[in-house]
Amino acid sequence: MSDRLDVRKTYKLVVNGAFTRSESGRSYEVTNAAGEFWANVAQGSRKDLRDAVRAARAAQAKWWAATAYNRGQVIYRLAEMAESRRAELAEHVAAAEGIDPAAAAASVGRGIDRIVWYAGWTDKVTQVFGGANPVAGPFFNFSLPVPCGVVGVVAPEDSSFEGFVDAVLAPLATGNAVVAIASETRPTPAILLGEMTTTADVPAGLCNVLSGRRDELAAALCTHEDVDGVDLAGAGDAAGALAVLAAGSIKRVLRARGHGRAGDDARRLRAFIETSTVWHTIGQ
Amino acid sequence: MNDQQLDQSRLGGFAYDPAPESASLARLADQYGLFIDGAFTDPAAHQQFATLNPATAQPLASVAHAGPADVERAVVAARRAFDGGWSTMPGSERAKYLYRIARIIQERARELAVVETLDNGKPIRETRDIDVPLAAAYFFYYAGWADKLDYAGFGPAPQPLGVAGQIIPWNFPLLMAAWKLAPALAAGNTCVLKPAETTPLSALVLADILVQAELPPGVVNILTGDGATGAALVEHPGVDKIAFTGSTEVGRLIQQRLGERGTHLTLELGGKGANIVFEDAPIDEMIEGVIDGIFFNQGHVCCAGSRLLVQESIADEVVRRLLRRVEQLRVGDPLDKNTDVGAINSAAQLARIEELTRAGEAEGATRHASSCALPAEGYWFAPTVFTDVAQSHRIAREEIFGPVLSVLSFRTPEEAVAKANNTNYGLACGVWSEKGSRTLWVAQRLRAGVIWANTYNRFDPTSPFGGVRESGFGREGGRHGLEAYLDV
Repeated sequence: MSDRLDVRKTYKLVVNGAFTRSESGRSYEVTNAAGEFWANVAQGSRKDLRDAVRAARAAQAKWWAATAYNRGQVIYRLAEMAESRRAELAEHVAAAEGIDPAAAAASVGRGIDRIVWYAGWTDKVTQVFGGANPVAGPFFNFSLPVPCGVVGVVAPEDSSFEGFVDAVLAPLATGNAVVAIASETRPTPAILLGEMTTTADVPAGLCNVLSGRRDELAAALCTHEDVDGVDLAGAGDAAGALAVLAAGSIKRVLRARGHGRAGDDARRLRAFIETSTVWHTIGQ
Repeated sequence: MNDQQLDQSRLGGFAYDPAPESASLARLADQYGLFIDGAFTDPAAHQQFATLNPATAQPLASVAHAGPADVERAVVAARRAFDGGWSTMPGSERAKYLYRIARIIQERARELAVVETLDNGKPIRETRDIDVPLAAAYFFYYAGWADKLDYAGFGPAPQPLGVAGQIIPWNFPLLMAAWKLAPALAAGNTCVLKPAETTPLSALVLADILVQAELPPGVVNILTGDGATGAALVEHPGVDKIAFTGSTEVGRLIQQRLGERGTHLTLELGGKGANIVFEDAPIDEMIEGVIDGIFFNQGHVCCAGSRLLVQESIADEVVRRLLRRVEQLRVGDPLDKNTDVGAINSAAQLARIEELTRAGEAEGATRHASSCALPAEGYWFAPTVFTDVAQSHRIAREEIFGPVLSVLSFRTPEEAVAKANNTNYGLACGVWSEKGSRTLWVAQRLRAGVIWANTYNRFDPTSPFGGVRESGFGREGGRHGLEAYLDV
């Protein structure tokens, strides 16, 4: 037994680039996979969620105004930050998911590699998903993929790090801002990644991470009129009811693919882009 | 000035001489059934309803009303066709069917144009030059994709979704049928198409074209009816995909109904398009473009440029020229080849336009209506421009879907963008300026799926069309249009 007492950490929300206890003052107890106490985590409220959406809307404009090259470097920087805290992430993933240390380290490694993969997408999206259209007339006609805006993510409940990375990085890589609801029972790896965004030149408010009761937060996310799209692929049995709520303001909704069919890797990237088509006259 | 004098003043002394197309070219039957499993059949409940000529309010033909039992039959036929070979047939064979359909539409173009004008009320000039040729072009374009899906950018061997339920509006009946059917069929889906209640006829002629093309039975089924028919199609558990074009109100209901089940869905909904005019715009082209943007198809266009945002420095001049041009629009018999603005599609739509324009005056805007004479029978509304419009007015916020333009002004590009984006819709916008860098700067900031620069209301099968925000999601046209019908 060490003769030094640990300095424990308080796990807070990541909203607008700051670490906040919930405005509600609530927290809840998270256990590891063995059922032992792991941490007291902030229990975000609907007000926290609204604050996060407002911050995301403002940050999205800055993010999209940056060059695609710059966005790629920022996301790559996030991978660097995660790499330097691999051991810590793996410790949390092992505790959260109940897997052995080697498996947890491998999972974290795959997740970080995935962040690198998304970093490379920022300046490819336009060419891969856009194009010029040979219309029958004297026009230069082109279609560009542009971000939906603010994307709400209901992260998978089980895959505490890898699943969270895919759900959050795909909309970020295509120029969106994100308000993510972490796994309710396994939130700490997501909170750690949220912390890392604040040291990776990600604009404050671009990537907000809320922990708390999913029933409460996901419904508020899907009914918020300033959220343009929601990723419900990780919402499990709640996805149907949440999709009905999202219809109120015609949100774009990403659902899990049924029947075990394999999706192409680009499916999440396509989910939260809009195709904007410009017709420009050609003449002397 | 009486009408005759007015005509003479417009024509420099020549009397106006109408040039009507013959209605008999439509070759309409007295009664139509439902097109299910490759043949016309009676609806199970034997219910029929009349479709009217909106230019006269007289019935054109009796069409079948499809009920739930008919929807069931159609979906079963579509499923059988999907499993029975259409989805697994080589793409090159599917392509040849679509090429055939495109060719027959071209062959029967005049008949289709007259049918469409009779049933919809839009000018023959538009059906002849736009609706029908474009419908053929969409089939021709997507025919070529049927054997090239591996190259569409959705990974190898993308699969169709299954049975697609397609609900289309009354403003471009044949063209919307083509927008829906062509990509769905190219991708290997089978279809149940529900034309709008007030404009069923061109889809029924299309059914006959499909028979002439020897399209396998059940690949396309066409159910005429009303909103209840559409609702039954949406509710049917055997439908894998719904594609809907219509109002945001109905689109929202459909998205809610399908949320639990997770059925694939694309929506092309309403709009309140801003046409932004900068002081350096090419003024003659701009006036024609603004007129076309709102009065094309009587303003029954989801992407209509119904809000004119004009830079303050030229606002008076632009309004003066617009009002003069509005006076010159020829309103009347849709079959007359010189007609610019035809009939309003239905009594219900006319009532909505009248209600919103009354609200415009009540809220303080100034109404300028063309002094044109309107026919005594049928549904008509004189082309109208509102000035003194505030952003809070209903005529600046709500989709009127009629020949009514609301004029607002701005001073800076930032203000123009802010006002254009001040809507829950996001379908289309126009930008008029000779300065390319500013046009692109504005286009980057507009929240809209389509932006026309120094033009308006252009459509092409190679060019993706569709909205953002409450104008819906999904694209029709181009490579992007395939995504709506592929399991990717």
